Amino acid sequence: MELVMAIVIGVLTSCGVLLVLRAHTFAVVLGLTMLSYAVNLFIFASGGLTAGKGAVLGVTDIYADPLPQALVLTAIVIGFAMTAFLVILAIRARAELGNDHVDGHSGSRQQQESRF
Amino acid sequence: MQHAVIFPILVPLITGALLLLPPLQASVNKRRALGGLGLLLLLLSACYGLWQSAGGVQNFYLLGNWPAPFGIVLLQDKVSAIFVLLSTVLACCCWLYSLAGEDERGAYFQPLLQFLLMGIHGAFLTADLFNLFVFFEVLLISSYGLLLHGGGKGRTKAALHYVLLNLLGSALFLLALALLYAMLGSLNMQDMALRISSLAPQQVLIVKAAAGLLLLVFGLKAALLPLHFWLPAAYANASASVAAMFAVMTKVGVYCVMRVFGSLFGDNAAELAGFGRDLLWIAGLATMLLAAVGVVAAQHLKLLVAYLVLLSAGSLLATLALGHTGAVAAVLYYSLHSTLVAAALFLLADLIAAQRGTVQDRLVAGRPLQQAWPLGVLFVIAALAVVGMPPLSGFVAKIWLMQAATDLHSRIALWSVLLFCSLLVLIALTRAGSTLFWRVKAQAVTAQRADAVQFAAVFLLLLASPLLVLFGEPVMQFCVEAATQLQFLPNVRAVGGP
Repeated sequence: MELVMAIVIGVLTSCGVLLVLRAHTFAVVLGLTMLSYAVNLFIFASGGLTAGKGAVLGVTDIYADPLPQALVLTAIVIGFAMTAFLVILAIRARAELGNDHVDGHSGSRQQQESRF
Repeated sequence: MQHAVIFPILVPLITGALLLLPPLQASVNKRRALGGLGLLLLLLSACYGLWQSAGGVQNFYLLGNWPAPFGIVLLQDKVSAIFVLLSTVLACCCWLYSLAGEDERGAYFQPLLQFLLMGIHGAFLTADLFNLFVFFEVLLISSYGLLLHGGGKGRTKAALHYVLLNLLGSALFLLALALLYAMLGSLNMQDMALRISSLAPQQVLIVKAAAGLLLLVFGLKAALLPLHFWLPAAYANASASVAAMFAVMTKVGVYCVMRVFGSLFGDNAAELAGFGRDLLWIAGLATMLLAAVGVVAAQHLKLLVAYLVLLSAGSLLATLALGHTGAVAAVLYYSLHSTLVAAALFLLADLIAAQRGTVQDRLVAGRPLQQAWPLGVLFVIAALAVVGMPPLSGFVAKIWLMQAATDLHSRIALWSVLLFCSLLVLIALTRAGSTLFWRVKAQAVTAQRADAVQFAAVFLLLLASPLLVLFGEPVMQFCVEAATQLQFLPNVRAVGGP
């Protein structure tokens, strides 16, 4: 289980970093979302990975650490709010700056490159 | 009054929530009055907190009355009380300035200011690392809204960078927290400090990695050298009262380095004692140099002041890296001075820009100012305070920073960099002042004269500078006591008690 978890977190993180580096707002929003999924899984795993144990006292003899579950809930909620804000900001930037590059370059990327 | 500890968080929360209700949305005056009332209550509770902490007791507040290492604990000691009072005073002046009309240039200025204060005060008061993250997010999402206040292309672009960088920072912060929790099994700062002092050898490296991530996150907030790119654009583009309020935001980063690294990786931390100090020292000095170059190269006044904020953040972090109590005390005093004076300069830059027609605050010859005299006098006072000339607080603050460097190597480095930067700032401000006030062409435009409340706000902020000198003895004494208290770790397990 640890190996699967580690691979999933690693793949999500690398996809997230790659997308963030694309530097176009839509790709960056997707990348940050993937990063936050990776982070959420990571927090979830921080209490130790166990199977078949309850998070509430008295249900099973041995119980899982409930705190990372509370932390990850908080992180998910905050992540949703921030992503929602970022989407609105990205749409506004697209409207005001005329394109979807995070630096607000005018023209497409090819034009940018040919200029140099 | 055991509940007084949480007032600096609750008062802005309730005021901000009330401000969003429909009856208040209809009337500008009601909104302003309620915002002012909230700030007044906040000021009272901040003063009460300072008075309470002056006795030397660390007040703990157990949220939901959960016993200490398990629930979230708020901690009010001298350091947090100083910072809470600082941000409250700053917010009052910014609110006063915004009354001249700036608060109505976009929606929700008043509630966002309250929520920003809630986040800042929460970050200052909490003794729980995950709670610190939550309050960071509260202050960040309000600051995103405030940065966009008033609208415009420049603001949107600066805000996009600011938001993206801070979202990445939040992800890294969560990674660090998860690592620390996995290794230490606790998120209460005092409890973590106890556990760090007895780490198993195989855990040390992982905790070190987490500490490095934390340093990265706080460095981003405090605008340390490779992570500073968001600051000049964001501060220079924000509307004046927002930029002035943001002067305290880099201090939140500095405070977190002070609190978290001071208590977690202090002298008791065995193998991890003093982690990050070398990095902070070099990056802090480099930030100062870069900021000083930015101050000289800035082409308009707001950008110049933004680089001054960066310069003060660099000096604070470099001094903090020295690690001993005297350095922390000097950092506290310098934070008070630099926050208030930088905020005053942001407001002045806006007042000056409003009277110079189309050239705004660009440092080129322009129309003469309509109110050149009062603005000029205020500008000179602010500039003297920033540079560090004798009668004002900048002098005392910088002398103290320099005295904090006790051994020869750090003394040579800090003195030369600090004095060289001050010289560059002196040159830049002299040039800026003479260009803005003396190099005039054409006639003065009949611009709108600055409002009395705007002058009052700038005057109150600048008044802090001579006051910090006049009451220098008690203030410095308090800073030294606060720094000493920061080193002292109370036993959290004794605090809670079932």
